[in-house]
Amino acid sequence: MTEFIHSLLAPYLPEWLIAVTIILLKIVAIIGPLIVAVALLTLLERKVIGYMHVRIGPNRVGPRGLLQPFADTFKLLLKEIVVPGGADKLLFLIAPVVSVAAAFAAWAVVPFDAEMVLADVNAGLLYILAITSMGVYGVIIAGWASNSKYAFLGAMRSAAQIVSYEIAMGFALVGVLMAAGSLNLGEIVNAQDGNAARWFMWPLLPLFVIYFISAVAETNRAPFDVAEGESEIVAGFHVEYSGAAFACFFLAEYANMMLVSLLAAVMFMGGWLSPFQGTALEALPFIGQGSFLWLFAKVFFFLILFLWFRATFPRYRYDQIMRLGWKVFIPITIVWLVVVGLWIMAGVFPFERV
Amino acid sequence: MSAFVRFIKSLFLLELLGGMWVTGRYFFGRKITVQYPEERAPQSPRFRGLHAQRRYPNGEERCIACKLCEVVCPAMAITIESAERADGTRRTTRYDIDLTKCIYCGFCEESCPVDSIVETRIYEYHGESRSDLYMTKEKLLAVGDKYEQQIAADREAQARYR
Repeated sequence: MTEFIHSLLAPYLPEWLIAVTIILLKIVAIIGPLIVAVALLTLLERKVIGYMHVRIGPNRVGPRGLLQPFADTFKLLLKEIVVPGGADKLLFLIAPVVSVAAAFAAWAVVPFDAEMVLADVNAGLLYILAITSMGVYGVIIAGWASNSKYAFLGAMRSAAQIVSYEIAMGFALVGVLMAAGSLNLGEIVNAQDGNAARWFMWPLLPLFVIYFISAVAETNRAPFDVAEGESEIVAGFHVEYSGAAFACFFLAEYANMMLVSLLAAVMFMGGWLSPFQGTALEALPFIGQGSFLWLFAKVFFFLILFLWFRATFPRYRYDQIMRLGWKVFIPITIVWLVVVGLWIMAGVFPFERV
Repeated sequence: MSAFVRFIKSLFLLELLGGMWVTGRYFFGRKITVQYPEERAPQSPRFRGLHAQRRYPNGEERCIACKLCEVVCPAMAITIESAERADGTRRTTRYDIDLTKCIYCGFCEESCPVDSIVETRIYEYHGESRSDLYMTKEKLLAVGDKYEQQIAADREAQARYR
């Protein structure tokens, strides 16, 4: 594909411009489907939560409600962006951009398949940690610039929560690094090659669970959504936002959900690898072969978990969130890091190759 | 011991998994949504919707301007003025119900000695201004004339409980 575009443009453009064009096309090829996926995810969320409430969810716009998210999007984009009086206008408008930029930028290093990756960065995991941490700036700036007590409270809560859970999450990822021996996401997947028993979710099970729960907290989703807490502080950091600016926060939240789900799939469930690898089913088309379809299936599973959590659990109290993060997750991860270290030193299955 | 059990339960998220099991079961359960314009929830003959004034079969209006409904109305939504008619009977010259005040308690219907003011099953009506929701005597009688059959049938069905 890349060569084809290259040969198409070669007579007309200088070499560096072709490279830029190809990169831009790749970015569009990732961001475009991502935005559509976010739209469909909002519909899926309303449907799944509806079903768990014994309702049927939106079903009026389009067949089975399929056009509902697009109707919502158009409504949001057509609405006015109201800047509250006394707000810092520049920061107020920058905040959603920061949020959405951080949420999208992280996708650059995501490996969809053995070859399908925009930037095959060697320190990919580090890059993702750095970029996703940037997302909290969007929240804090939004809360501060809104000149509203509720927004400010939400921003403070969000900041404290994300900082706390980043530590547990980081420790969980250290386990993955030890097991894979690489920071490159593609390498991490390749280290799980072989069969489903080699996936890191088995030896790193506690880290896997902690990673996913931290990811839920990190994305400010229920039951860790005190930053939004509609029953306590209206909508938290984005109370004052409307129209396209609010849509940006929405987009960022759902893009982040998909990102952390994808990371969970890549780091603990073998990314694009097929779970039937190394079994009799390996010869089957699609099911036996590893491809981005498998990756999407795994991401879908995690996304359903996100929605399932939201439909099931009441919101944690703020001090309970802090207790869970600092007094439960961090000690468990540290203990398990020691266990994994010894395991790798012993060189028994599945770490005999490290 | 119980503290230890509690610790294990919370560490392995047992209660949370139990909760997810419940919601997971309901996910596949039968949905109870009523698709409103096409489907409707069942309605009782006692349903208290839009008001109506009834007439006797010979066309004479039932209301005798006793003003019991006006007195009993907790929202003070009813306004009545009365006068003697040419044949010597007392009749209302004005009978207004302000639907924006009405709380649909049905006390007016209960208090009425001649079953004149009633609340019907009609609940799909709207007004584009306050005056649309201000029911005058003419409007109330018109509703009564239009739905008399339904109203009479509902009163009949409930007769033994009243």
